[in-house]
Amino acid sequence: MKARVRLFARLSELAGTREAEVEVGEGLTAGEVYRALCGRYPALSGLNGSIRYAVNGEYAEPGHPVGEGDEVALIPPVSGGSHAV
Amino acid sequence: MLFEVTSAVLDPQRLIDHVRKDESGAVALFSGVVRNENLGRRVLYLEYDSYQEMAERVMREIADEALARWPITDVGMQHRTGRLEIGEASLLVAVSAPHRKAAFEACHALVDRFKEVAPVWKKEVWEGGEEWIEGEAVNRSG
Repeated sequence: MKARVRLFARLSELAGTREAEVEVGEGLTAGEVYRALCGRYPALSGLNGSIRYAVNGEYAEPGHPVGEGDEVALIPPVSGGSHAV
Repeated sequence: MLFEVTSAVLDPQRLIDHVRKDESGAVALFSGVVRNENLGRRVLYLEYDSYQEMAERVMREIADEALARWPITDVGMQHRTGRLEIGEASLLVAVSAPHRKAAFEACHALVDRFKEVAPVWKKEVWEGGEEWIEGEAVNRSG
């Protein structure tokens, strides 16, 4: 009963990985997935306020349920497009 | 319609040709390019990271919104990832329409919307340091 976690940009550098798996058991929320990951990668701790979540490629609230086979992405503040215009 | 996040060099003419239809009287193209300074620092290059599958889905969603709102004929969006040198294009947005006003307006709105919601991140690298640019805030990591 595992979910896949994707990490990007600064979060992937802090964790030292772009992908992880978490045990979801009977089910977790996206926010709980982040907290589980902080236990494994302490450098991720304390970023709660700035992270958004996506579940299976769609933005989701921290309380969004995560089950087996789901993909959770930790989304730092975005900065796409052209250079600071 | 063409929505792509790619590490390949972006080709504006190819995107223009893709969105132009015989009923198009205008194609508006936005090209975001890497410049050599930010906040007084001399930038050496940028590195872009993205959640590719989601970024492409976001492109499709905001293009559908634009197609519902303006009389336009087609939309194409491409974002490049990886290391980009000064002067290289990071983002292309092309909109075709029968008339220029809708093409300009939709293109402008799509660029703004993409930058708000697309899961794409850039790291600025200058001599002696680097940092991920996160919205208004800047987080130093180098």
